Amino acid sequence: MTSEHDDSINMQGPKCPLPHQPSESIVIGHGSGGQMTQDLIRNIFYQRIGNPILAEGNDAARLSINEMKGQLAVSTDSHVVSPLFYPGGDIGRLAVSGTVNDVAMLGARPAFLTAGFILEEGFPIQDLNQIIDSMAEACREADVKIVAGDTKVVEKGKADGLFINTAGFGIIPEGRIIGGQFAQPGDAVLISGSLGDHGIAILQARGDLGFDSNIKSDVAPLNSMIEDLLIAIPNVHVLRDPTRGGLGTSLKEISCQSQVSIHLNEESIPVKQDVRAACEMLGFDPLYLANEGKVIVILPEEDAEKALEIIKKSPYGTLAMRIGSVFAEDPGAVLLKTAYGTTRILNLLSGEILPRIC
Amino acid sequence: MIDEGSPDFLTGYRDAKLVHSVIHEIKQRITQSWILMEICGGQTHAIMQYGLDQLLPDEIELVHGPGCPVCVTSLELIDQALWIAKQPDVIFTSFGDMLRVPGSQEDLFSVRAFGGDVRVVYSPMNAVKIAQENPNKEVVFFAIGFETTAPVNAMAVIQAEKIGLHNFSILPANVLVPPAMHTILSSPGNRIQGFLAAGHVCAVMGYWEYPPIADEYQTPIVVTGFEPLDLVIGILQTITMLEEDRVAAENAYSRVVSFEGNRAAQKMINQVFEPVDRSWRGIGEIPQSGLGLRKAYKDYDAERRFDSSGINTSESEICIAGQVLQGIKKPYDCPAFGTLCTPQSPLGAPMVSSEGACAAYYHYGRKTNDVRA
Repeated sequence: MTSEHDDSINMQGPKCPLPHQPSESIVIGHGSGGQMTQDLIRNIFYQRIGNPILAEGNDAARLSINEMKGQLAVSTDSHVVSPLFYPGGDIGRLAVSGTVNDVAMLGARPAFLTAGFILEEGFPIQDLNQIIDSMAEACREADVKIVAGDTKVVEKGKADGLFINTAGFGIIPEGRIIGGQFAQPGDAVLISGSLGDHGIAILQARGDLGFDSNIKSDVAPLNSMIEDLLIAIPNVHVLRDPTRGGLGTSLKEISCQSQVSIHLNEESIPVKQDVRAACEMLGFDPLYLANEGKVIVILPEEDAEKALEIIKKSPYGTLAMRIGSVFAEDPGAVLLKTAYGTTRILNLLSGEILPRIC
Repeated sequence: MIDEGSPDFLTGYRDAKLVHSVIHEIKQRITQSWILMEICGGQTHAIMQYGLDQLLPDEIELVHGPGCPVCVTSLELIDQALWIAKQPDVIFTSFGDMLRVPGSQEDLFSVRAFGGDVRVVYSPMNAVKIAQENPNKEVVFFAIGFETTAPVNAMAVIQAEKIGLHNFSILPANVLVPPAMHTILSSPGNRIQGFLAAGHVCAVMGYWEYPPIADEYQTPIVVTGFEPLDLVIGILQTITMLEEDRVAAENAYSRVVSFEGNRAAQKMINQVFEPVDRSWRGIGEIPQSGLGLRKAYKDYDAERRFDSSGINTSESEICIAGQVLQGIKKPYDCPAFGTLCTPQSPLGAPMVSSEGACAAYYHYGRKTNDVRA
């Protein structure tokens, strides 16, 4: 109730003007290397992705590798995907999965990651928390640890929110000889699932499709599925994740590395209905769209059926298919047999159809 | 390809059995050699993508037409676009294909790399939106395309006027198919005996413009779609007319195209644009073959807003794009094909565009330098 003569005055006296505590967004001070950097590392990174190795807090991580036998596989990848959040994933899940998968493509068991963050001034802390949580979840799933990290902050406008670089380390057990140069005539070519989901999901999240779809990115760590496969079938020749450039570009690279030709059967290549519809409308070829949770497997013909069975048991491999074969003639060629019995040659992706997809 | 979920409307038009039965019918009817032109680059790409040319009898030669808007946009217009895009306080918007098309010195990608604000849009309506959001910038849309993009280009201008936008303009570059058909058929070296007319253009314009052309040049014309079955049926109908010595303009794409076309879209085009003479890259000037802004909409003409006179243009000396676009030569007749000229570093526009004949040959593989198949 108010009265005409309300003379009650709320007097709390003068207050000391405390400086604002920058708790909601990243400021330049977070990259100073001083107290604010330490707070950021302790309150966000250690809490969410901490482990005893990271917690030592030294300039470098000390790793015990004595008990591991074999060769070391190392990979690094910078992630600049736009937008940072998209159906099926975010930059955090991508930064872990992408590097884990790269390491796993040599048949290695990924064990450690490093993570470098370039943050733009003004980036919401809440978003950072969400992204770090997502990295933590992907690390748990892939059973890898982030053992070293770095944080830099750049002025507003000098970066687009957040970039993450990750490097990955894994041990290749003795006896595994896997690489793009080892495809042999007579081998079978498998793909672990449908193509183009990631590329179209990113486009959708940018609002560039102009229509709605239910496509989700396939971004996922594949090391567990690959390990199951390699334990059952050690004699796999090639593993490759068809990320940027898609299946077409990856197979073209393999055919040149191994000096073989690869023949594909178009009808057996899995593409989801929604992805195909989006491709039709936008003029994209699903064979050249990016994937972040798929693997090409090339292995001796006699192991193909068993390999498919194993891959299909993984939640990331339910749509796996045998898509083609390897031949000696025409080294460097990738030929696609269409539904009409005609052939089409696949080349490397030219140019960039969709920038900043990973 | 394998699909999850419900069957889609396209499957039927890609049915291999049906396609093969039509091919069989073509082989039954054909008694001599015929040269057909598919006008639209989208059809060229579909033919190469599905390898339909490999299924046709040897008697049929398919010649690829000039139906690629990116390819035929004149060098003068491209240089003008590059000049405008480099001006301060300009946001230059374009369909993505246009960015890699070489001008005399550079392309839109390099303008962007050196600080120009060049943005890819999927529709000119996005450019209108960008203009609304950036009142202190001049937003220019590169209005390329055939009759297919003309309605939405017109709509963007109408919309800009309606909301009182003063910082939006278009660089008019639309071209028209029928005048190009006249030019091809009346050229002394013409080899074309039958036309597959471009289905999407006819979806907008209908095909009332074609009977007089068929009649004048005694050349059958069949409105044709883009799916494998559409294409082989279009070819079958054309061959049938040729073999029966009949001349007409027929419609093999009636699920999309009517004789009158989309009247509302045509009205919108006529409201905003009028036919003007326009130069086609590699071909030269074709009378009344372009769309310019009508007087009432001249305020939205980027050519007026930006005085780009004094630009010197010079075409690559090796590129044979002009002869490819007129169907005189095939992409692999070019000495630069696949070597000096690739989609990454194109000498001519047909190597760039998703509708360009050279790009179709490069992507879908006919005689590339690194593949023996």
